[in-house]
Parts: sequence; C-alpha cells; structure tokens
Amino acid sequence: MKDTCNTSINHYRRKSLPGRGLSRRNFFKYMGAGIATYFVWTDYLASESLSRLSETGMPAAPDTLSSWIHVSATGAITVFTGKVEVGQNIRTSLTQVVAEELFVPISAISLIMGDTARTPYDRGTYGSLTTPQMAPILRKAAASLREILLQEARKEWKLGEVELKLEKGSVKHPTNGKQLGYGSLANAKQLLLPMNENVRTIDPTKWTVAGTSVEKINGVDFVRGKHRYVSDMVVPDMLYGKVLRPPAYGAKLIRANVDAAATIPGVRVVQQGDFIGVVAKNSRTAAMALATVEAEWERSPQVAGAALFDHLKRTGEPGNAVPSEITAAYESASLKLEQEFKIDYIAHVPLEPRAGLARWKDGSLEVWTGTQRPFGVQEELERAFSIPKEKIRVYMPDTGSGYGGKHTGEAGIEAAILAKAVGKPVKVTWTREEEFKWAYFRPAGLIQVRAAVDGSRLSSWEFHNYNSGGAGINSPYLGATKYEQYHRSDSPLRQGSYRALASTANIFAMESTINDLAQMVRADPMEFRLKNLQDERLKSVIKTAGQAFDWNREKPASNHGFGMACGAVKGGFVATFAEVAVDPNTRELRVISAVTAFECGAILNPRHLESQVTGCVLQGLGGALFEAIEFDEGNVSNAFLSSYRVPRFKDIPQTKVLLVNRKDLPSSGAGEASIVCIAPAIRNAIDDAVGVKLYRLPMVPSGRVPNA
Amino acid sequence: MKINVNATEYTVDVQGNPSLLEVLREQLDLTGTKYGCGEAACGACKVLVNGTPTPACITPVTSVQGKRIRTIEGLDADGRLHPVQEAFLEEDVFQCGYCAPGMIMTAVALVESKKSLDEQELLDGMNGNICRCCTYPAILNALKKLTQNTTKA
Repeated sequence: MKDTCNTSINHYRRKSLPGRGLSRRNFFKYMGAGIATYFVWTDYLASESLSRLSETGMPAAPDTLSSWIHVSATGAITVFTGKVEVGQNIRTSLTQVVAEELFVPISAISLIMGDTARTPYDRGTYGSLTTPQMAPILRKAAASLREILLQEARKEWKLGEVELKLEKGSVKHPTNGKQLGYGSLANAKQLLLPMNENVRTIDPTKWTVAGTSVEKINGVDFVRGKHRYVSDMVVPDMLYGKVLRPPAYGAKLIRANVDAAATIPGVRVVQQGDFIGVVAKNSRTAAMALATVEAEWERSPQVAGAALFDHLKRTGEPGNAVPSEITAAYESASLKLEQEFKIDYIAHVPLEPRAGLARWKDGSLEVWTGTQRPFGVQEELERAFSIPKEKIRVYMPDTGSGYGGKHTGEAGIEAAILAKAVGKPVKVTWTREEEFKWAYFRPAGLIQVRAAVDGSRLSSWEFHNYNSGGAGINSPYLGATKYEQYHRSDSPLRQGSYRALASTANIFAMESTINDLAQMVRADPMEFRLKNLQDERLKSVIKTAGQAFDWNREKPASNHGFGMACGAVKGGFVATFAEVAVDPNTRELRVISAVTAFECGAILNPRHLESQVTGCVLQGLGGALFEAIEFDEGNVSNAFLSSYRVPRFKDIPQTKVLLVNRKDLPSSGAGEASIVCIAPAIRNAIDDAVGVKLYRLPMVPSGRVPNA
Repeated sequence: MKINVNATEYTVDVQGNPSLLEVLREQLDLTGTKYGCGEAACGACKVLVNGTPTPACITPVTSVQGKRIRTIEGLDADGRLHPVQEAFLEEDVFQCGYCAPGMIMTAVALVESKKSLDEQELLDGMNGNICRCCTYPAILNALKKLTQNTTKA
C-alpha cells in the first residue's frame, strides 16, 4: 500500500495523484471542472525530516510532500493540504501565501486540511515543518496557477507574451479595460498541470498579504463557541463509549465480570480479549456502567518513581567511547566542572483531551479524531481492522491543541472498535485522567556534562543525554573538541514527541553550564556567549533581546537576579533574558520579566508569530518551574489538573517578544524553538540573585528556592 | 425537569443525576461549553448561573432549577457579538480556541460586574481559567482595553 504514496514526479506524469491513485479524469469528477496545479515532492528536505522523526520514536512513513490548488468555474479557490490545524494558525498563514501569489483576498480561498480522502498524503504536522516545507510549495503551486490563468487569458484575448496585471481574482486586459475573472477562465476546462518548480514567486519585500497580521481564519466561530471540535461532534444514532483502563502500566486482565453493566438498560458491553468497553445513549450512563465492571488484574513489576534517574542511566545504551583527546583536555584543565541535570516527565495537557468518533457503513470506516497525523491514524486503523486504506477515511477538524502530544489515534481506534461491535456510530472522549495516564509524556532525562574553559575559550566539552533525546544536543559554541551523545534508555512511562523535543532539556543543561563556565572565568555571560558563538543569526537575537532587557542596568534590589540563554532549534534562533526575585525570608521565587528575541527568516504573520513565541515561552515556564509527572510502580499519581500544575494568569511575568524579520531568508517554523530558553534563563537568574545553582527541571516545584 | 438556558425553557432528563455540562452538551447540543478537567480546575466549562461564573462540570443539573443559565451560545443572541467577544477578536487572541468559551464567559461576568477593573482584579477574576496555548498576555490586553473603555462595556 505504501508505495502508492512514495512516488516521484514521473509517476504523476502517468496521470495518477498521490495517496489514492486519483486519475486525472477522476480528479475533475471529484473537484468539478476547472484549472488546478499539483505538486509532489520527495527531496532532501523530506529525508531530513525523516531523520528528525526517528528522534521521536515514531514509525517512518513514505516521504512525500504534496498539495494541490484548484480554481472552479465560480472562481472558488480551494487548497488541499494534508497538514492540520491544532492552534498554530497555519490555516491562516498558508492561506496568506496562496492569496499573495494569486492576487485574491483571504476570503476567496478555502483550505481543506486533515481529510484523508480529499487531501494529499502528509506524514504529519509536527517538527516545525509546515512553514519551511508546505508554505514554499503552496507559494509555487499558487504562482504556477497564476501563470496558467494568465496564459489562458492571453489565449482568450489572442494576445502574445504581453505582461498582464491581476487584481482581486481577475486578469486585466492591457488596453481595452476588460477583465476576465478566474472563474470564467476556468469554466468548462479540465486543466491539471504540475507545478512549475522554477516559477517566479513574489519577493517577500513586496508582500502585501503574506507577512501581515491577518486575523485567525474563522476566528468568529471560536469566540461564539460554534466551532465543532471532535469532542463536540454528533452524528445520527451516535452512542457514547467508555473503555476500561488497567490500574497501572503493564497490568494484565485476568478476569472481568461485566454482568451488572450488561443489565443496565441501553448499555452494550464490548469485550474483545483485554479490551472491555461499554456504550450507552449518554456519557453519564456509559461511565456508570463502566464503574460496575469488576476486573481482576495481574500487575507486573514496574520501576519505582524514586529510581527513575538511576534506571535511565543503568539501562542507557553505552554509545561511542569518549575520544581520548577530550578526556585528556578535561583532565589537564584547571578550570573545569562536572555536573548532572535531571529532567522530569511532563504532560502536554492539551485542553481538549483525545476524542474519536467512528462510523461504519458497508465495510467502510469513517473516523473523526484530533490528531497531528491523520494519515498515521489511517494506517493504525488499517492495521487494527485489516481493511484497505481506501476504505478508511480520517477527518481531523481543527483541534484543541497538541504540542506534539497528539501524534496517535487511540480514541479513534477505541471508537471504531466499539462502533463496529454495536453497529452504530460511537464517540469516545477521554477524561482528563485518561489523557494524563494513557497518552504519552515528554521524556524524562538524565544529562551529564563535563566541560573545561581556558581563558575565555571552551577547551573540553563532553555531554551525555540519557533517554530524553538527541534534538538540540549539538552545542553551537566554538573552541573545544566536542563529544555529544544521546543514550537510549528504557523508559518506565510511555513517552513521545513534545514541542521542541529534547532541545528543552539539552539546552537547559548546555546553557546552565555555559553560564557556570563564564562565571568561572569572571566573564559577563552575554559577552562570553558572543565571544564563543559563530552563528550571526544567533548572536543577533542575543543582542536584540539583551538590548531590550537592558542587560547592563543596575539590579533594583540585592535579591534580584538577571539570567539569559540562547538556542538555535529547527531554523529558529532564540534568546531569552529573565529577571527574577527571591524573597529573602520565604525564599519564594518571582519571575519578574522575560524578554525574548526570535528570528525565523521572513515573517508570514507577525501577530500570530508573536503569539506562538509568547505561548512557547509561557508554556516553557511550567516545565521550568513546577510541572512534573509523579509516578510510582507504573501508576501516575497526579493525573488531574488540581494536582498537576500548569501556568495560569498569575504565573505570568511581564513578557516581551521581539521579532527579527529577515525577509532575505526562507521562513522557518515557529511553534517550537522559542520554548527552549526560558528554563535556563531563569535558572541563571536565580543563581545571579542568590547564588543557588539548580540542576533539575522543574526547578522549584514548591515555589521556593532552596538555601545554598 | 425544566431548566432555563439563554432565556429558553428546556425539559431535560435528570436520570443518573447528570452534570449541567453533560446536559448542555449531550441533551441540548449546546457544545460551546467545553469539558477540560471534570473537577472545576480549568474553567473550560464555565457558564453563568444567575450571572455568576460556575463550572458546569461539577454542577448537578438539578441544582440549577429555577435559575438563569447563560452559555456562550446566548451571548450574541441578538445577532451582535458581546463586547468581550469583540475585544478578543480585535486582539486576535486565540490559537486553538478550546478555552475560548469558558474564558469569555468568565470575562463577561467580570466586566459586567464592575465598570472598571485594575490588573489585579482581572488576574483574580481570570486565574481559574487555563489557556494551555498560554495566550494569557493577549487575553489580558483585550480585557484591559475593554475595561479602560467603559462606554463600550
């Protein structure tokens, strides 16, 4: 099945479209007459993202990127992309780039996303790849479409290769004042052409729609409560489902008595091996029925919570040997340090928990679910039910956030099992407790660093990450020969992707260590970094944020401290400067301000970019200060929002974001990179305030800084 | 049993003692009010009961008999957006938008309770609502503009 997706441009010259083997004739049967451009891409960017993907432990999938844009006889412009909207506001930014190239208002374009039957295959929306990969494709596809429309207009008017102007969805005649709307140009035509890779796109310095703060598309639906998330959806005859969960990881079902549940009017019990679920006409009845199930479980030994970091170290793959010159440089150095950082598991806590709605009809399956990988869920369903992909349609309405936490399709699969068994559509919405316990976490990690400094230069750098991941592990600093190793370990809890992956952990350890080394040589931490960094883009955000923060100003009181950190992640360059105060009596920590500069090439939408950066910094504040999963023997003990603390209004410092717009550089994604600096910036500021160095995320779960 | 939601009387089924949230969403198809935590800790399900922001998830529907319930769907019943909705749109606040209804209902109660609100009052009033995308500064900006321009509210 997979090879239908993994194809080249040539394949499409054979008149088949990606993912579904759509023929040219079927394309227009499906889309209606008109003019369309399509694009399929299997190149180095895709293979690069594949290697990134392996860091998350997700299965690799066919590396095809594609999209198509269609203009109908009414002039309606429809863009089809397999990317999905989880709050990054890419529905808006992608629409902007298409509108820009086609000279139409935003409102003239509909973006069809997250529907496996209608959109081209896409591996998933993650890794900050939409903006650097999909946006340029759509720009070119739209520009190609524009060229075709111009060509059609020239034919219509019997003109040679003259320049024609476009305005608001029409082509203007050069002399007689007549206009041809895109709809009339597309009318009765069936023109499907590949995108011209060499087409000229509009220079970012001349953008009038892209690069501006276009408001969230359909924003009014969200403030009116009209947008239907999957958890809100209802289809005729739909029932509500609940699934029995084990008491802990690794527990096996020995026996279950479902008799009481089965006698409740309107309740159906579905039992398939270890899977037990119930359906009822409302969720309250389903929950009550589930509560009557008496189940006996056999638990298997699990890692004790207190043994987490020992376990990660003990089970870590040894990795490559540390080169002798690094060890020698470290041994012979006079100014050196060896430190260890511990990173707890944290949860994504998307405000909309997982939800899935499934409907079977004549052996075909429809599933609506909030996932960052609709085509991945389609494959999960293919495996679960052994039916061909063509019979499975996965829809992904714009969803109540993900942050890397919704790469999977659990609730959709559970709904499909239940729906198949009872012969009616079923919706399964996870409770918050289920979302905490049975989704997956940002990995915990143990990081060990040995580093030395000679004068103002690093002379040795040895960095080990156990379990949390290899993203962001490479130090951007000059000088030393470097050894950086990610050691895979056995994770006691289910773990997976999270905004910026392991960059948050690695950059926390790296930027804390750099701070401490600068201190050893009595250098200013900002100057020390600027001296030891080469990348001008990174240096530029440091200077921008440092200036806005006014780094060299007097501290308002002796219990205040300043700290900073920087990082380069997935094409984004970020620096955060923080001011904290530690109460001399209570030791209570107050984060007073956080100033962040961010640069990710040409900005597509300044207001939404600022929102992403702010969101990253403030979400990062939770993992920096107080978020941690508590667990023991395979059971999470704080699986509630009353016991797992996330940032709220009162936790928010004065937050300032400075966007550096580089119109000369391609745009990168922005939903991840700027989460990485807030933790080390605060850590270094605490050290500056009271001389206490912290080595664990979260740093101050109690809210109080420990004594030195 | 009858309940009054957005000035309309509905007859609802109270078998099993459902929460107000379950009744709104599953019986009345008023799905603007969201489930977020089930323990009144996140604010996603806030509705106004006699004008007071109330977490619908822990409110038994039987306890709101004879009271006036206002949900996000009732805010623009006259065809015009509420000033809080307008302010949030103007500031282009939201990312995923899932917290929006609860956030807006809490803010509506707040701005309707008092002519002007200082920052601390806004923080105190809104602290029970979580925006997991952390758009807090934009929400505060929207509310500050609104509460500074009291003629609008």
